[in-house]
Amino acid sequence: MINGETITTDLARITDIGPDRLTELHNRLAAAAQRDGVLDISYRTVDSPVGPLLLAATDQGLIRVAYAVEDHDAVLQHLADKVSPRILRAPTRLDAVARELDEYFTRARRSFDVPLDWRLAAGFRAAVLHHLPEIGYGQTASYAAVAALAGSPKAVRAVGTACAKNPLPVVVPCHRVVRSDGAMGGYLGGPEAKRLLLDLEAAA
Amino acid sequence: MPTTERLLGVKAKPPFESVVRDHGPTVFRVCCAVVGPHDADDAWSETFLAALKAYPELPVDANLEAWLVTIAHHKAIDITRTRTRQPIPTDVVPEPSAPSGARDFVDLAAAVDGLPPKQKHAVAYHYLAGLPYNEIAEILGGTAAAARRAASDGIATLRRTYLGELVEVTAPLKSTGRTPQ
Repeated sequence: MINGETITTDLARITDIGPDRLTELHNRLAAAAQRDGVLDISYRTVDSPVGPLLLAATDQGLIRVAYAVEDHDAVLQHLADKVSPRILRAPTRLDAVARELDEYFTRARRSFDVPLDWRLAAGFRAAVLHHLPEIGYGQTASYAAVAALAGSPKAVRAVGTACAKNPLPVVVPCHRVVRSDGAMGGYLGGPEAKRLLLDLEAAA
Repeated sequence: MPTTERLLGVKAKPPFESVVRDHGPTVFRVCCAVVGPHDADDAWSETFLAALKAYPELPVDANLEAWLVTIAHHKAIDITRTRTRQPIPTDVVPEPSAPSGARDFVDLAAAVDGLPPKQKHAVAYHYLAGLPYNEIAEILGGTAAAARRAASDGIATLRRTYLGELVEVTAPLKSTGRTPQ
């Protein structure tokens, strides 16, 4: 019995995958899954002036942009619950979005062209979000003005909720919605992020 | 929101990415031991692709590791069958190599490859994947006692073929100060 432990230790050693090979096999899996149409959601993270952003896409388009304060693990779990658990880190499907975000943050782009998957926003919230791109780059609009734009002038609080739950921040510009008294108002990415985005657009 | 759901006792199914992250290395160990290092990549890839396809239908309270090892077991059998090289007959165990000098890990891989399939599977699923014998019995068929016996016979065979009977060898990184004889 003296060497049973040696054997299992050595067995573990000769069957160890190592990080590089695991990464390679993971990438191969993501490619095969995409080829076979079983990769329902791909995601990656990108660094940005407002911190790391999680980007997630279905075959319909970009479904989620998330700030670090939203907790990326929790966001992925929410996607698994609401859309599909067939989720893998697979950067290539998000290359176009990552490039456009990079251009936006370097002031080389004022609007986004990538297809969007609106599945996570429904009803009045979706109606509000669909109108946000009408607020031009570098402009702002009040919550009341957006309510009017969405066809329900009295639904000011609901506009606030729609913005706070925007599944596609930055790309769908809820940061351009501010309070009627000129104060900046809240933001799902935190007030510093909202300030940074408004300053970035104002300086262009 | 997910926190509330968990407080209410509703178990969530994790994103498949965390399944790969948490169980990928263990599944690789199993594949490597069962089909050998050359075919381990293919066995691993086929296992996780099949698992991803079936994942939405898997019950949330399923034992992920046992489920993955079961898939890997079937993929490994397919790969072994289609391999051009015929597997070593099950009733022939390689002769112990001469007990001179320190053994290297190539000897262990060869010794594992030479094990009868049932012993090889039982050793991999118990000692590498950590599955209890009742779950191994479900994968291999037969009883838990038979699975336990197969694993213990497998380790005994490896002790004989890899270490050489009665020869005490300590692992290089785990030296106890004793000199290999």
